[in-house]
Amino acid sequence: MIVSAAEDLSVFGTDPWWLVCVKAVFVFAFLMVFVLVSIVMERKVVAWMQRRVGPNRHGPWGLLQSLADGVKLMLKEDLIVKGSDKVVFLLAPVVAAIPAFMAFAVIPFGPADHQISIFGERTTMQLTDLPVGILYILATASVGIYGIVLAGWSSNSPYPLLGGLRSTAQMISYEIAMGLSFAAVFIYSGSMSTSEIVNSQDERWFAVLLPVSFIVYIIAMVGETNRAPFDLPEAEGELVGGFNTEYSSIKFAMFMLAEYVNMVTVSAVATTLFLGGWRAPWPISGVWEGANHGWWPMLWFTLKLQLLIFLFIWLRGTLPRMRYDQFMKLGWKVLIPVSMVWLLLVATVRALRNDGYDFQEITLYVAGGVFAVLLVSLLVDYLREKGDKEEEAARSLAPQEQFDPMAGGFPVPPLPGQTLPPVPRRKPRSERQLVPAAAESLNDTVSVDNTAVKETDGA
Amino acid sequence: MTETTVGIGGAAGSFGAGTGQGTDMVLNIGPQHPSTHGVLRLRLVLDGERIAAAEPIVGYMHRGAEKLFEARDYRQIIMLANRHDWLSAFSNELGVVLAVERMLGMEVPARAVWLRTLLAELNRVLNHLMFLGSYPLELGGITPIFYAFTEREELQRVMEEVSGGRMHYMFNRVGGLKDELPAGWTGRARTTVARVRSQMGRLDDLVLGNEIFRGRTRGVGRLDAGTVHAYGVSGPVARASGVDFDLRRDEPYLAYGELADVLRVVTRTEGDCLARFECLLDQVHNSLDLADACLERLAELPPGPVNQRLPKVLKAPEGHTYAWTENPLGLNGYYLVSRGEKTPWRLKLRSASYNNVQALVELLPGTLVSDMVAILGSLFFVVGDVDK
Amino acid sequence: MSDDAPRSEPSGTASGRRLPGRGLAKGLAVTLRTMTRRSVTDQYPDALPELPPRSRGVIGLFEENCTVCMLCARECPDWCIYIDSHKETVPATTPGGRERSRNVLDRFAIDFALCMYCGICIEVCPFDALFWSPEFEYAEEDILDLTHERDRLREWMWTVPVPPALDPAGEEPKEVAAARKAAERPDPPEQPGTEPGRPGGRGPRREGEA
Repeated sequence: MIVSAAEDLSVFGTDPWWLVCVKAVFVFAFLMVFVLVSIVMERKVVAWMQRRVGPNRHGPWGLLQSLADGVKLMLKEDLIVKGSDKVVFLLAPVVAAIPAFMAFAVIPFGPADHQISIFGERTTMQLTDLPVGILYILATASVGIYGIVLAGWSSNSPYPLLGGLRSTAQMISYEIAMGLSFAAVFIYSGSMSTSEIVNSQDERWFAVLLPVSFIVYIIAMVGETNRAPFDLPEAEGELVGGFNTEYSSIKFAMFMLAEYVNMVTVSAVATTLFLGGWRAPWPISGVWEGANHGWWPMLWFTLKLQLLIFLFIWLRGTLPRMRYDQFMKLGWKVLIPVSMVWLLLVATVRALRNDGYDFQEITLYVAGGVFAVLLVSLLVDYLREKGDKEEEAARSLAPQEQFDPMAGGFPVPPLPGQTLPPVPRRKPRSERQLVPAAAESLNDTVSVDNTAVKETDGA
Repeated sequence: MTETTVGIGGAAGSFGAGTGQGTDMVLNIGPQHPSTHGVLRLRLVLDGERIAAAEPIVGYMHRGAEKLFEARDYRQIIMLANRHDWLSAFSNELGVVLAVERMLGMEVPARAVWLRTLLAELNRVLNHLMFLGSYPLELGGITPIFYAFTEREELQRVMEEVSGGRMHYMFNRVGGLKDELPAGWTGRARTTVARVRSQMGRLDDLVLGNEIFRGRTRGVGRLDAGTVHAYGVSGPVARASGVDFDLRRDEPYLAYGELADVLRVVTRTEGDCLARFECLLDQVHNSLDLADACLERLAELPPGPVNQRLPKVLKAPEGHTYAWTENPLGLNGYYLVSRGEKTPWRLKLRSASYNNVQALVELLPGTLVSDMVAILGSLFFVVGDVDK
Repeated sequence: MSDDAPRSEPSGTASGRRLPGRGLAKGLAVTLRTMTRRSVTDQYPDALPELPPRSRGVIGLFEENCTVCMLCARECPDWCIYIDSHKETVPATTPGGRERSRNVLDRFAIDFALCMYCGICIEVCPFDALFWSPEFEYAEEDILDLTHERDRLREWMWTVPVPPALDPAGEEPKEVAAARKAAERPDPPEQPGTEPGRPGGRGPRREGEA
């Protein structure tokens, strides 16, 4: 299976230089336009979800809003924090933005067999492809995070620092889950090149074939792009602006751009790897022969991309932010083990199938084994947590320092670790006699004496 | 506290900068921060993301309300009093007029009593909706606040129609209310209450049932009953910790005594952020029921005035009294000392948020910065009410 | 996240623990459903809000009614009303009569940058010279321009709406009661207005405004 990877890429790298330039510019323009539209769409969709109208002042239907925002941002004062590490501070937005664009070079917009012609030159709808295209994407994606980490570090300010640190941890834990979900795709497609992966999905999309990988990737891609509910590095309720707190003007715009370009890029990867890439969705491909030829694939690709962007927006409009440790827990304790087990399963099934075993038998053995392992791990986890709790309870029962509320002759609050003395309180409701309500109420509001007040303060 | 952290680069300066002792990071949350609702400042000492010590620093919004009270007559005090907790303006006014009426021995017409109860409950709903919306916002959910504000808008419309104000109603007067209701208002209030009730399910589905929300609030910021008593915490925050105390039931003022069968004091025992949120949500439902009950009673009452004729110069007789009410956020007390002048000699204000915020010192150490936001938001305070 | 204490789940999420992700799905469904609804926002500058007549937007001065008694300025909690006046002697109307002095308003200004919109001035005015108007669009670039002088305050009078009809369950206002009593008297000396003390022609003023 693996052998077939090297061969079919001969169609790439044969374009004349000007065509490469044209394609590169197109990819760049496509991304920019897509980002601008996505931003408007995000604001519109979120507004609808909140029963608002959304931007409607700039251009027809508010479509030029993000353009106007971009212009506005560039006209803002460009601040450089005094105590910052200036070189890194200036470099960080660039580091964040550029890799986001780079990953798109290997994304196929259409089939890899000279379907279209540009200025009389037959070519593919893809800038280039590599035998290790997906590894290249993984590499660029992780470089992009450096921009955020460096921004947080160089700002010399607590909030960005925390944001940067969170981003580091986020990158480390979610790259792994992401890579593992890719591995299952590699095993099935037998290739790491993007065009090959799309080619091998002509019968069934990998989202159907590898649902667990797909879900893991979807979660990981939201985590990777710092989008809600995983927008911890810039959590505005906690860290004000997170890593970009100290940024303004065009540098801030670069971060925003990077975020959205990243969103588009990871969505494109998801489309390519799991949703059949440029292939027409099922009912159309079944009915219409020409759907996967000529320029049409671009439409399907864009539609799928748009759908994933909508998913991002939808999540942002609905979900609150996760806590940092819960997020780590999800990554390390759920996504990575699940991916591992799933990968094991996929590999086993694949290997057994290659050896010609009966499919049902394989499924039975493998599933049984997997469930046993899962059960054991869950039990262990549960027992350990219980142990922790008991330990904690024992600790809290330990005798504590006596608290003197009048230490030094004046009332003081308890120090950490000191317990408060019991406070004399009124009796519980059930033990007290009921006040005849109807008689009391009206008179009480106007009664001159306040005996009623006294009555309640008894011990 | 004197662990050494070696840092190189831009952020190295943030560790213990300027203090000269220790290298823990000191983080000032506020006075300007998205989650402080104003100008509360929290001085946190952080160990990584974990909070080692927390100190709420209040007073950035101190307006000297108590001193100003001493130079205002009782009508003007209402104007000042409804501003310290701007989300429960009606209830704040109520405390002042109840105190003065008690000093004067004044009888308030029945219609006014029921109307005050009704408006106080609508005000409670308005206040709670604000926090039901803003709390998820602090946790990163951007949508619930718009749903909450849609309901708030409807209620505010009703309140504005009767009082002319959307926040600062200025509708209480010593001896009753400022004005008679506009014709047809009760019907509109009834439909609004029904509509708000019908929309409350959205918050259940969107926020309360959400696993992420529950994960962030359950077991976080657990406030035990002992601390509640020690710090004088009150209102929904105290009731979420199992302190079953509500002035509306335990010391009925206004018409609450007659509403005993409708009034349900919402309590929880867990004392965590989720319990506090649930308390608030349930209280909204109960307040809407109370409002309905008040509207029904209003319809049965015989025609009558809503206020008393007052003398040109209103002077409370010499003496003192303490009037406390169950404000939306907790106990709100006015200690009125009069020397027979037309202004009070002293009007001490006991505001709920001030005490509630103090509990942060107990709650925050040991939690994460993200938990800080969850806890801070779940204590439901208004900075104006803290600083007075 | 793993909490053992059973707690009262809201009715909607009773089975939330059985199926993880149910709460998330429900939330997503809520937002998706809401997306299809109409928005509730008013497009403010294009569509003006409908404000109730009692809405406290701006204070209008009906200066013809003002007798410069200074009550409003004295009762204002933050002293934002400025009044200047001088005395004028009115010659006797009948020969041999006494000449009278009367107060003439020179300046009446309200500083809306200070005003707390409590309405006490309107309440205390014994001659009904001050009125609330729901108008609110008078933001200024210079804070000094927020001090509205008497001509501007007089202009606001054109926007004062008719007060709303009162709830029939309430006691009728004393002015109405007095007027009714006067009307029911067997021999009315003259036809009293329905609202003595209020300036005539308050009603149709809204139409006068463009």
